[in-house]
Amino acid sequence: MDLEGLYQEIILDHYKHPRGKGELTSPLAEVHHVNPTCGDEITVQIATDPAGHLLVGYQGLGCSISQASASVMSELVNGNSIEVAETARAAFVDMMHAQGSGEPNEEILGDGIAFAGVAKYPARVKCALLPWMALRDAQIQANLAESEEG
Amino acid sequence: MPNLPALDVAAVRTQFPILERSVRGRPLVYLDSGATSQKPLCVLDAERGYYLHSNAAVHRGAHALAEEATEAYESARVTIASFVGARAQDLVFTTNATAALNLAAYAFSNATALAARGHRVDPRFVIGEGDSIVVTEMEHHANLVPWQQVCEKTGATLRWIGLSDDGRLDLRNLDSIIDQTTKVVSLSHQSNILGTINPVAQIMEAAHSVNAIGVVDACQSIPHMPVDVHDLGADLIAWSGHKMLGPTGIGFLWGSTEILNAMTPFQTGGSMIETVTLERSTFAAPPQRFEAGTQMVAQAIGTAAAVRYLESVGMVEIAAHEHALTAHALAGISQLPGVRVIGPTDTHMRGSAISFVVDGLHPHDVGQVMDAQGVAVRVGHHCAWPTCRRFSVPATTRISPYLYNTLDDIDAGLAAIAAAQEFFQVVN
Ligand SMILES: Cc1ncc(COP(=O)(O)O)c(C=O)c1O
Repeated sequence: MDLEGLYQEIILDHYKHPRGKGELTSPLAEVHHVNPTCGDEITVQIATDPAGHLLVGYQGLGCSISQASASVMSELVNGNSIEVAETARAAFVDMMHAQGSGEPNEEILGDGIAFAGVAKYPARVKCALLPWMALRDAQIQANLAESEEG
Repeated sequence: MPNLPALDVAAVRTQFPILERSVRGRPLVYLDSGATSQKPLCVLDAERGYYLHSNAAVHRGAHALAEEATEAYESARVTIASFVGARAQDLVFTTNATAALNLAAYAFSNATALAARGHRVDPRFVIGEGDSIVVTEMEHHANLVPWQQVCEKTGATLRWIGLSDDGRLDLRNLDSIIDQTTKVVSLSHQSNILGTINPVAQIMEAAHSVNAIGVVDACQSIPHMPVDVHDLGADLIAWSGHKMLGPTGIGFLWGSTEILNAMTPFQTGGSMIETVTLERSTFAAPPQRFEAGTQMVAQAIGTAAAVRYLESVGMVEIAAHEHALTAHALAGISQLPGVRVIGPTDTHMRGSAISFVVDGLHPHDVGQVMDAQGVAVRVGHHCAWPTCRRFSVPATTRISPYLYNTLDDIDAGLAAIAAAQEFFQVVN
């Protein structure tokens, strides 16, 4: 196995220097998700700014993949419209279910494309998706997304 | 390098062809026997032989195959029972240790529910508000969650024996934890996460001094050391076949004759009854009372073959072999900067399961790099989440060698830990 395929430099960089980590002052919703097989934990908070753009805060404890994914999520979602955030989330989830095939869209996913290699490791897909699942749950609780879809 | 005692590992390894395979382009180093052991050829042959020649449902049917299958199944019971110094009629087959522990726990909640409706049950199994159930802070979820559920259903209080910083039971306040309110004391003989071997007989004595029923989870001890059920002093003992070279799909509950007779059934249905009318049923004597439905015949036969194999190698020899591997691993880990053992750091009263954490690295990442070196380990909370919390770690990485592992396997494990540190540049 080539470990470098899994642990891209970008992932390690986000792991060591997480972007946007921290708490929001007045969140509309806060959710706590765990990955019960390995104990990774994440708390995601969500709010909107006056323009209706999303604000996310997070705190987490876990492996490099889950924590780097949270950092990338914050980069892709924070300060963006609900539509842009949803496009990024859907693209990230699709990429994680693609088992390494398909061409991830860098324009939508930014640093998130570094996770394409993770999709080949079924045990790690859950780690990468953990923050995004929490984000979706937080959006639903804050009435910023419909619960039927996704 | 220390010499290994009288166990011919090379000969043992020939019986486990899976150990010859490679993973990720490297020779497999299997250090995850605490999760499940590999199976020797004799176990596969026993199962195959049964399906090839004698397959039938047991304890029903009047044909020759049914008789052969029943005979093989019951003789497996004799073999497995005598492996732990027990009589066959005191050994219940279950699907795994989890089912065995649930069987024990449901004896309490079922008896309590029946008593509330005026049915006659053994009062030792009737439990309620003001009563307590005692476990420890190192239990596998299988020996914790079922007891939590009994408390939820009956109003009893769950108590636990805490741990010292070196991963041993803190017995200082034992008589305030196990007291007159205590109806059950249930603990593991050997911890699957810390490796600690507990002074079970002492705790069972404390349980019996207040007339509580004593339960032992022997999942991690019976595969690894000589165990005589009578030495543990317990009323009920649970373990699994798949961790002792046997197949998956079978577990065991040993009980003293008197206790098994006093217990209400867990699962009900076919095979466990005495008489059935449309209105009500009466139940068979143990062990059949606890063996509802079509049974795990091949698995019982496979485990009997595993037991004969373990006996041929010798449980004393296996324990000594693992002791040497454990000493070597503990010494090696102590030489790795930034790596800390969670659990006892010496071999006194300790088995071969060794959990550790690596500074700056999450166990999942450690395990991933070790896997890339061909080394199979377990990462996570090992179904002992409260134990992780006790040591303020989210998870650990665990090596758990067995009779077929060599000192070279341990060295490969140690090198793989160092490789993880190097890959993530957490040491210099
Ligand atoms: C100490 C201990 N108890 C209980 C269990 C549960 O065993 P099983 O999963 O076979 O039911 C295990 C293993 O997973 C264990 O290590």
